[in-house]
Amino acid sequence: MSTLEVKDLWVKYYTFSGIVSAVSGVSFNLRKGEMLAVVGESGSGKSTLGLALLNMVPKPGKIVKGEVLLGGVNVLKLTPEEIRKIRGSRLSMVFQDPFTTLDPLRKIVDQFEEFLLEHGFDKSKSRSIVKEYLEAVGLPERIMYSYPHQLSGGQKQRVSIAMAIALNPEVIIADEPTTALDVVVQKQIMDLIDYIKGKYGSSIILITHDLALALERADTVMVMYGGYIMEYADKKELLNNMKHPYTKALFEALPRITTRILPKSLPGYPPDLRSPPQGCIFHPRCEYATEECRLKRPEMIEVGKGHFVACHLYR
Amino acid sequence: MGLARYIAIRALAIIPTVLILYTLVFIVLRVLPGNPVLAAIGTKNIPEEQLKELMKELGLDKPLYQQYFEYLYNFIRGDMGQSMIIRGRSIAGDIADKLPATIELSVWSIIFSLLIGIGLGYLGARAHSRVVKTAVRLTGSILFVIFIPALGLSLQLIFSKYLGLLPIGGRLSSVGLLKPITGLYTIDALIELKPLVFIDALQHLLLPAFTLGLVISGPYIRLTMNNIEEILESKIIEAYRARGVREEKIFRHAFRHVLIPITTYTGLQFSLLMGGAVLTETTYNWPGIGTYLVDKVMYRDYTAIQAVVIIFAVIVGLTSLIVDILYALIDPRVRY
Amino acid sequence: MRELFKSNVAGKASRALLNASRIILSNKYILAGFIIVLVFVLMAILADFIAPYSPIEIVGPVLQPPSQKYLMGTDNLGRDVFSRTIYGSRVVLLTTAIAIALSGAIGTLLGLISGYIGGALDRVFSFIMDSIYAFPSLILAIALSVALGPSPINAAIAIAVVYIPTYFRMVRGQVLSIKNEPYIEIARALGIPSTRIVTRHILPHVGRTLMVVFSMNSADAILTEAALSFIGLTVQPPQPDWGFDLYKGRGFILTGYWWMMVFPGFCITLLAVGFALMSEGVSTVISGRKR
Repeated sequence: MSTLEVKDLWVKYYTFSGIVSAVSGVSFNLRKGEMLAVVGESGSGKSTLGLALLNMVPKPGKIVKGEVLLGGVNVLKLTPEEIRKIRGSRLSMVFQDPFTTLDPLRKIVDQFEEFLLEHGFDKSKSRSIVKEYLEAVGLPERIMYSYPHQLSGGQKQRVSIAMAIALNPEVIIADEPTTALDVVVQKQIMDLIDYIKGKYGSSIILITHDLALALERADTVMVMYGGYIMEYADKKELLNNMKHPYTKALFEALPRITTRILPKSLPGYPPDLRSPPQGCIFHPRCEYATEECRLKRPEMIEVGKGHFVACHLYR
Repeated sequence: MGLARYIAIRALAIIPTVLILYTLVFIVLRVLPGNPVLAAIGTKNIPEEQLKELMKELGLDKPLYQQYFEYLYNFIRGDMGQSMIIRGRSIAGDIADKLPATIELSVWSIIFSLLIGIGLGYLGARAHSRVVKTAVRLTGSILFVIFIPALGLSLQLIFSKYLGLLPIGGRLSSVGLLKPITGLYTIDALIELKPLVFIDALQHLLLPAFTLGLVISGPYIRLTMNNIEEILESKIIEAYRARGVREEKIFRHAFRHVLIPITTYTGLQFSLLMGGAVLTETTYNWPGIGTYLVDKVMYRDYTAIQAVVIIFAVIVGLTSLIVDILYALIDPRVRY
Repeated sequence: MRELFKSNVAGKASRALLNASRIILSNKYILAGFIIVLVFVLMAILADFIAPYSPIEIVGPVLQPPSQKYLMGTDNLGRDVFSRTIYGSRVVLLTTAIAIALSGAIGTLLGLISGYIGGALDRVFSFIMDSIYAFPSLILAIALSVALGPSPINAAIAIAVVYIPTYFRMVRGQVLSIKNEPYIEIARALGIPSTRIVTRHILPHVGRTLMVVFSMNSADAILTEAALSFIGLTVQPPQPDWGFDLYKGRGFILTGYWWMMVFPGFCITLLAVGFALMSEGVSTVISGRKR
């Protein structure tokens, strides 16, 4: 049985200038210990997807359809108190910007302890747990008594990760965890996430715009565009058998060390989701677009073992 | 760096500020044209001899720079000179008598203003209807521009004259005697365990503090409302929620963040508070240094006016120090 | 040649007027506030025609409540309160107008110069301005008025001095941020004289924020003027003056003769509210435009 099952999830934002469908019919399953990378440009809906899994889509957004099954239970149908208990303990999130996800007005230890206490831990035990997990992410004990602004970006992110794993969640959602950090620190943080995956057996959803990172670290890759899934496959399968034009375009846009081929950028702009194009949402930028692409939205088709594409080219 | 060192540095910083303000006052009151003694006495028909005598007595015949330093020196030692109008009357003594009244009024006014301002701001932030929000914001803007004596007199009319609920002025009726320890009658009454006097003092404080507090609360309303809205949508709060922290706790943390701009603003608006206090005291016959100033202005008692204005400058310096300290207590980023 | 110049000036003036009326009509707060202020301005200008009696003459029995003959009653000397209230608007508006004009002009000028030239001059000016700014405004105004001697002009000067730093700081801040923009550097490199740079290139940008500050400042200035009158530092009796009438009316609360103070007090607040509404609207419009 899957750890996490997402079925036909739709999230819309009801703004003054129109209704935006940020997540359109996303479905996927996540096994235990699997790392799924959700890859897309900004506006692809990947961050909204992450928040939706915790039922934390901010106003004016609303989850209009779909199910998020964690161990068989639909997260979206829980009462506020029930879901509060799940957040941080069975489903946790690591955010992109380490500077704003730790409260600058309080010491690390106070925030961490409070988090533990809110989930029912005993005061007498909480401090040692804080020490244990800070150590697990490679931070010295004295960090505890500091304020966030006294730490570096990388250190702050480690603290966030420590809190995200402390209650041994089944699923950790990492929303662009390394984007705000420099490359060296990036590797350290990703190594840490790998380590956690291995040691604690957590499933990880890695949200990123960096296809290279996804291909390097994840087990499965899901490519999103304009709120829709374009392609979904196991990493090796995707590398060998890339099907969707968008995925190919993303891949070709990656800079390469070994060859002389220059990265090829994708012309055009992401769609205005207030008035999205008819048919396939990618067709305006697709070099293979046909008449059918302009009129009809493609369905997800299985083109290989566990490999799905939403594209008319592969009927 | 630590809190202690921060406080020490800020405390030292007041000294130049107050000195500059003192210089400003001195320039304004002494350097500007007009002979203060003549203005005080009100007539130009005074024999040359007597005029010279008076000026000598008040120390006004010495060269300006000498007056500057001597006055400053004396002032620090607590000697603020004598009234020009009431001969032999120590200004420092008068001010010492009346200062606690002004402090009491100011403190209670701030309490009222924070209650009203933060309360309404909070309600406005939690309201869903745009109409309510606009109404709250507008209320904030309008409250701030109410002319204090107008409001005060209207309240006196309603509550004292027609409803007879509250006294019209002064600090105490003759309900009981009070040995002034701090000079703040509400606190003194509590210390001396005289509940009746406490209530009496409170009754007298109610209208003036409410008047001043209401007007001062205006900007707090908008400030609180905007900041609560902003913070509740901020990433910091999102992170708390994603960790499963309860809403009540989240609110408490959010509030701490809101306190920062509120504290900053409180520091800035002390100047306005003092101007408002002068008007409030005059309106309610509250025997503080505000009424003292106005009385002295009416009688052109220059030496007294100078002393009071300097006292106000000192108060500005001290209150900005207190606010700085409070700010440092709330926001650790400042002290490290 | 002269025709060109005249048409240029007239053209500029009428364009400015057109812009102003567009702004006023664009936002209901500005409109409401403007109407309120306009009513008072008209009241001041047309006082001779509107007021039934002379404000300083005794026209009837003392302490009469409002009636058909005396719309706002009579005061303790038998003067018509309604006429006094109407004429009282003159002092308030004139004094405040002069004060704002002075502080706005001087503050802006000094801010432009100080900000643009920078260096030691800027430091000195900023220092002085910050000192004045730090002082409680009403108390400084009182001190200045006392020192200069009580009169409407001196009150105007006192208020002006108190508010010069407000304009100074804002203008200087704007100048500092614009000063380093590339197009200013280019202008300088091209040899365009400084005065031209300041007036042609910097001033228009400052103008926008200046409007916001100006409208907010007006409300403050009105209240400061009223406060000074309240303390008796502007006009002397028997001249009609809202603030001072309010002060004298205090004594009559206990005996219930409320009309002497309620009307002047209300007028002060209403006028200030009018300016406050305008400033509310102006800042919304300006910030909307900036976006």
